[in-house]
Amino acid sequence: MIAFIASRLISTLIVVLGVICMVFLLIHFIPGDPVDMMLGESARTVDREALREALGLNRPLGVQLWSYITSLFQGNLGTSLHHRIPVSDLLAERLPATIELAVAALLIAVAIAFPLGIVAALKKGKAMDKVSMAVSMIGVSIPNFLFGPVLILLFSIWAGWFPVSGRDGWSSLVLPAVTLGTALAAVLSRMIRSTLLDVLQEDYIRTARAKGCSKVQVVLHHAMRNAMLPIITLLGLQLGVLLGGAVITETVFSWPGIGKLMIDSINSRDYPVVQACVLLISLSYVFVNMLTDLAYAWLDPRIRFGDR
Amino acid sequence: MKSWGLSFWLIILWLLAAVLSQFMVLDITHIDLEKILQGPDWNNWLGYDDLGRSVFNRLLDGTWTSCIVALTVISVSLITGTLIGTASAYAGGITDLVVVRIIDIFLAFPGILLAIALAGIMGAGIENVIVALSIVGWVGFARLARAQTLSIKHREHIVAARSLGTGHLKIIVKHIIPMLTTPILIEATFGIASIIIAEAGLSFLGLGVQAPDASWGSMIRDGTRYMLVAPHLVLIPGTALMIVILSINLLGDRLRDWLDIRSQLRIQRES
Repeated sequence: MIAFIASRLISTLIVVLGVICMVFLLIHFIPGDPVDMMLGESARTVDREALREALGLNRPLGVQLWSYITSLFQGNLGTSLHHRIPVSDLLAERLPATIELAVAALLIAVAIAFPLGIVAALKKGKAMDKVSMAVSMIGVSIPNFLFGPVLILLFSIWAGWFPVSGRDGWSSLVLPAVTLGTALAAVLSRMIRSTLLDVLQEDYIRTARAKGCSKVQVVLHHAMRNAMLPIITLLGLQLGVLLGGAVITETVFSWPGIGKLMIDSINSRDYPVVQACVLLISLSYVFVNMLTDLAYAWLDPRIRFGDR
Repeated sequence: MKSWGLSFWLIILWLLAAVLSQFMVLDITHIDLEKILQGPDWNNWLGYDDLGRSVFNRLLDGTWTSCIVALTVISVSLITGTLIGTASAYAGGITDLVVVRIIDIFLAFPGILLAIALAGIMGAGIENVIVALSIVGWVGFARLARAQTLSIKHREHIVAARSLGTGHLKIIVKHIIPMLTTPILIEATFGIASIIIAEAGLSFLGLGVQAPDASWGSMIRDGTRYMLVAPHLVLIPGTALMIVILSINLLGDRLRDWLDIRSQLRIQRES
């Protein structure tokens, strides 16, 4: 168990450092001179040099990287070029909205995907299975930036039940959360179905049936508990769909979260903020996946008791 | 497989429309001021947009955009990803360790986040979309090719080739890569669907094609502003996008089942 945790922590650390390096290098993907891109061609030389100095772009690459990493670990993400306030303040202001959206979407996804996936697996090949898999296939094939506007059209403009955009109370959360949640539910229900189908073919399921357990008991106590392990890992990986999709969904609904901040910052060429948003989203994804791995280890007695 | 089904023909239609759009004289910038935001009518089945341009012509132009991006990105990602993954697994040792770490780092960026960041920083434009999606796209193929190669490289025919003195490059190209065709083909089918979504997504965010060229994503974005008066501006490119993605996904599923069954039959016959 301890060896497992240690190896997991080390590989997470390597990935975190790699992500930081990639995000640092992003600014060097700007074609031509980054300072020109941010200030425009007509900027005064003094201003250019000042910005170059402030961003540290006049120093060697290695030195820049080192100072980027060290200031990150001091919690310093730089200053926004557009808002003129520390980037960390901006992120702190926007983070609650994104967390709220992600949690709501996750709840919706779980609430839809589990019944759909379980029913489909139990009724494999029957009409129920085909209908629920067709629904999830359609769900997979509708991108967020299409489903969002369609929901706005149906429920905001025609029915008038929810606000079109913004973040103002619970009613404004419904449509973005549904948009994001159903996208995840579509993928998740397929995975739950196939995982459960694998488990249902195991010997212990046949044994449980043979000793007279009811079907409900077999599914809940024997099959689902064993299926939960891979499902938790898959859920952790699929959070990427959620976090990546949040950027687009937040833009569709003008939801004031990290994703909207990122797109706004791309449009205003506020690159330090763009870097910080990418960093925050991907590091939280890495962190969640590390947690699901640890949860897996703790839930699986074969790892918990050091069998492996 | 008895028939190719509707999804196959819809994909052929998509490709044909893309090719045709290059030969037809499509006046995608022609403005008809009297018909601004007009819905479908008998002369133009798909209506007009906010500037009075024909939605049908712009939809065809968008077909070309999605097609050219999807095919370019999938080719680049497939070739580089497969080569990197295969070579890494074949070489093993420290090379493999480094490649695995690099793959892990790329996979740490959820969904199309990295592509959005790259396209956003490199500046809008279809070339940058292609570059951004290719930088992200090779990873999936590399991971798949690596995993497959690891299980193939100890097989007898590889050992035999090696003991006959065959060069490493020849072993990889002639003896390993042909065995990867099936899984790579399935991965590529689903890959095309996700590239189309990604291109439309980037264009939706304003990072893809630039006016006056059209993309389904940018048509949806422009249409959302007129949803109340002209919902067809969102619904038409949206439906086209959904049909193409759905068809490709269905075809991918079908391909997977079909190839899977064949390999199962082969195993049965051998045993």
